[in-house]
Amino acid sequence: MTTLARVKGYRPQQRHLPILATLALLIGAYIFGASSYEAFGSGQVILDLFINNAFLLVVAVGMTFVILTGGIDLSVGSVVALSTVISGDLLQKHGWPAYAAIAVVLVVGALLGAGMGALIHFFEIQPFIATLIGMFFARGLCYTITTEAYSIDNATIATLAQTQIPLGGELHISISVVVALVVVAAAAYVLAFTRFGRTVYSIGGNAQSAMLMGLKTGRTKIAVYTISGVCSALGGLLLVLYKSSGDPLNGVGLELTAIAAVVIGGTILTGGSGYVLGTVLGIMVLGIIQTLITFDGTLNSWWTSIITGALLFVFIVLQRLVTRRTR
Amino acid sequence: MTALKGLTKHRLFWPVVALLVLLLGDLVASPSFFKIELRDGHLYGNLVDILKNGAPLILIAIGMTLVIATRGIDLSVGSVVAISGALACLWVSDNADGAVTTLIAFGLALGLSLVLGVWNGWLVAALGIQPIIATLILMVAGRGIAQLITDGQIITVNSHSFEWIGSGFLLTLPSAILIALAVFVLASVLVRRSALGLLVEAVGGNPEASRLAGLRSARLTWLVYVFCALCAGIAGLMISANVHSADGNHAGLFIELDAILAVVVGGTQLTGGRFSLGGSVIGALLIQTLTTTVYALGIPPEAIMLFKALVVLAVCLLQSPAFRRKLRRRRANTPGTPAPASAPEKVEVTA
Amino acid sequence: MPEPQPMVRMSGIRKEFPGVLALDGVDFRMYPGEVHALMGENGAGKSTLIKVLTGVYGVDAGTIELDGGAVAFSGPGEAQQAGVSTVYQEVNLCPNLSVAENVCLGREPRRFGRIQWGPMRRRAEELLARLDVHVDVSAELSTCSIAVQQLVAIARALDVDARVLVLDEPTSSLDAGEVEKLLDVVRALRETGMAILFVSHFIDQVFAVADRMTVLRNGKLIGEYRTADITPVELVTRMIGKELQVLEDLEDSGPSRAEVAGAPVLLAAENLGRKGGVAPFDLAIHAGEVVGLAGLLGSGRTELARLLFGADHADSGTVKIDGDPTPLRTPRAGLDHKIAFLSENRKAEGLVEELTVRENIVLALQASRGWARPLSRRRQDEIAEKYIKALDIRPANPEALVGNLSGGNQQKVLLARWLITEPRLLILDEPTRGIDIGAKTEIQRLVTQLSGDGMAVVFISAELEEVLRLSHRVVVLRDRKVVAERENQALTADDIMATMAEGVQA
Repeated sequence: MTTLARVKGYRPQQRHLPILATLALLIGAYIFGASSYEAFGSGQVILDLFINNAFLLVVAVGMTFVILTGGIDLSVGSVVALSTVISGDLLQKHGWPAYAAIAVVLVVGALLGAGMGALIHFFEIQPFIATLIGMFFARGLCYTITTEAYSIDNATIATLAQTQIPLGGELHISISVVVALVVVAAAAYVLAFTRFGRTVYSIGGNAQSAMLMGLKTGRTKIAVYTISGVCSALGGLLLVLYKSSGDPLNGVGLELTAIAAVVIGGTILTGGSGYVLGTVLGIMVLGIIQTLITFDGTLNSWWTSIITGALLFVFIVLQRLVTRRTR
Repeated sequence: MTALKGLTKHRLFWPVVALLVLLLGDLVASPSFFKIELRDGHLYGNLVDILKNGAPLILIAIGMTLVIATRGIDLSVGSVVAISGALACLWVSDNADGAVTTLIAFGLALGLSLVLGVWNGWLVAALGIQPIIATLILMVAGRGIAQLITDGQIITVNSHSFEWIGSGFLLTLPSAILIALAVFVLASVLVRRSALGLLVEAVGGNPEASRLAGLRSARLTWLVYVFCALCAGIAGLMISANVHSADGNHAGLFIELDAILAVVVGGTQLTGGRFSLGGSVIGALLIQTLTTTVYALGIPPEAIMLFKALVVLAVCLLQSPAFRRKLRRRRANTPGTPAPASAPEKVEVTA
Repeated sequence: MPEPQPMVRMSGIRKEFPGVLALDGVDFRMYPGEVHALMGENGAGKSTLIKVLTGVYGVDAGTIELDGGAVAFSGPGEAQQAGVSTVYQEVNLCPNLSVAENVCLGREPRRFGRIQWGPMRRRAEELLARLDVHVDVSAELSTCSIAVQQLVAIARALDVDARVLVLDEPTSSLDAGEVEKLLDVVRALRETGMAILFVSHFIDQVFAVADRMTVLRNGKLIGEYRTADITPVELVTRMIGKELQVLEDLEDSGPSRAEVAGAPVLLAAENLGRKGGVAPFDLAIHAGEVVGLAGLLGSGRTELARLLFGADHADSGTVKIDGDPTPLRTPRAGLDHKIAFLSENRKAEGLVEELTVRENIVLALQASRGWARPLSRRRQDEIAEKYIKALDIRPANPEALVGNLSGGNQQKVLLARWLITEPRLLILDEPTRGIDIGAKTEIQRLVTQLSGDGMAVVFISAELEEVLRLSHRVVVLRDRKVVAERENQALTADDIMATMAEGVQA
């Protein structure tokens, strides 16, 4: 091997560049907001980003696992809705205790995810299609359970929803945020430090090689969809805390927001490259766009989607340029 | 026996069977289901309805097939449907009713669709952005654009000439059916009589190898996104003409997912390469028939999604080679059934 | 001497793929402490036999015994656990992971389920050091050269407590020094009592390292021989089933050096270069001339070839074709100017695997005609049949999927694709790598014949003998620079080697 030129000083690894680009743009957006609106600069705006998007963050973490294997999960929005509907049905109609309902919801999410994973692994149905079927299936289940939204007034749920954890000063976060951050930390640990996590990356890099290397690719594939199912169910529960309702119309289009967040966070859709931390940044970016539009106050609701689309475009093109230049 | 076996292996066999089974179920549930009558020189009946209501989906599935064949996907078709309908309705409602107004409205709507297709194609072919993300941009922004055009209102129109594209008749048949048929024939001829089909399949099969073989793959990619957007634009006109209004928020909602399902059920793989336009039409008809069947069988409309999920699952499983392999093995292991001709298969180690 | 109990015994193995009987009742055995070569042409069934042994494929009939006990692996993981470790022909690693992970993944050191990154890196370093590879093990694998990737794959195989090590074409992307190193490693492993299955197209390597060999042809067992009892010529005869044609007459059949030197210049590159690819160089190619490119892997020979075709676009210099400045920015430009480029990477840059042989053959011609002027189906069939016959592509079925063909036949399909475009300049990047002797000879003969017909050829190969046999002129590259250009007159492999190695510390 020829000697490599040794470059001193900081040179970010290529795989970190997309994340750094996202981070830079996030900071830019925050500075823009803080310089335009006085109230924007308060720390609580940042914390509110977490409070408002905790459920989305959990869902996106599950999506990150799936996308890292080169798959996709379109069912997350429907599974979130199903979780809220099951919670509503069990708590309101059948008067179950909150923790029993929570357990049932998580098990249902796991089963749905595992089922889709099994379709993908055993029957070689493309992830897009298998999870699209899952999306229709879960949404269909919602409607067969109820066509009306439940209003949830369970005491335990209310306590969990209203508890504020003070962080000193005026600042506070909700229990949902704690749950979401624990999920993020656990996911980051699993992906970086366990054999399962590394197998997830290897499948995304080259599934055939991973199989020939003797890794348990089938089991891992089913597991990532199960994780995504559980994360969606948990996301649904956090949404119940946030909205106190079980609505079959919840989470329509949520899968796209989650995918957008994962991709803006620098994870490549073909798999094998990306970090959970990037997903957190992606969620923050989408959240900050929403907040900026709210702060502006003069924009009609449809401008939200146009600006989201435009910023999505800017982020994607920027990342593209950054990664292309280093090639 | 072998001919039958070849038939069941044909990639369109199971979608066609599913379609026939559904129709047969309808026939059993309501014996008059197949009745077609001629009233005022126009054909009416459930079967005509399936074709007519399925026309927008068929159109989009045709465009989507070519996109998917190049390893792409177009999530923005639903938004294009909404934008096209919104612009046409805006023009028709702002101008005097008449054939000229309608033609201009069609021209404007399709022109804008074309521009949107060029946008998608630019992102995918020129910037090299993953298709699912590239078209996600327009999918998200497009709903906003449609509402911007209608100023957040639902524009209703009352123009006979405009409604023709959705609910008119020509030669006793609903015009929507004829338009979808015309696009299908045109696309099939174009693709198979020219070298487009081969080149699209090559680009989808191995983009880098195709580039090195001298294919102008960027141009081809561009072309299929424009074509797909045009198909969506026509479908948007049909849908808005059918309901006499433009709803930027809900027109064509989730039609991209139905179209993708139709393409996959029709035997075109999402990984690109080989494609079948005829298969996609059958897939689209299958999905449309599902909706009609739910009503015909008296299944509560709430269950329509569940029903759709189960039928599509069944078709996808029956098409999956892995599923059939496992089914065969299980059957071979069941005592009592005659041993298959290829006895060694029994000793095959389980995967 | 053979011990009573073979380490591996495969009996009556039969494996059928749709339309192809890949293995037809093959028997195979291997003893501990021996290097056993599996020989045969492409399509003989070597790869299939290996994949059956390593659990990738199930068998349709037959039994496999490991150390006397019957086994039926359900996958490579199980085979590895039983002590059968494999390095596949195409490097099968994960390019997005670090070198260390690629060596250790699946067996990484863990404590309470947590991967110990430090110890893992050290273990990878140790294993690679045994192969004399010293790289940054935390670098992403995709940043390493193919040669290093190949060695990483071998290091990975050694990390297992392997009783049986399968090396499928392990040397095809290594240079001479690396090959020697690898063969030493193989010999050392044999001493530990491991049974090593060695597959290679390089006959001299096989004779240098193998104790025994099994020959397959067309999915059937031809025989098992001790290396001492067979000569190379006998071996090759058994592999291809006919007497080996003598290659010496090749040299006289093409145009002479004097003839091509007088021929007009077809393509002239002036100061052509690309950052990170190859430093600016000048090169003139005459009609009917064969220009050989020699250099180690990573010397810039492929990058040079890609610039001549337009696969990458140059950031300096010009290309003149017939004296006219002609920018070559895309492969399409190359095609339009009758230049053809056969990539070294068949799978990724050549074949469209799910299309048929016919469709793959007509692809470039159809591309140059544009979509609006399709070749009629009849014309396509004629072309396909003509070239299947001319190049002896097997199976001789134009509607077979190209992905199901063996490597050599796939290469011929790609050659046919370019020949029907009637190029004036044909660039062949490693056209004979991973190809059996029969196909290799055919391709070499074809090159001579084409240059006799006035076609200019750029020929790249790691085998210097091959380059010398075919070329009128040899261009030597080192460290992404053209360092010498020699008329092929009394030139020897040693001369070129010396030029290639100049300044490189051994």
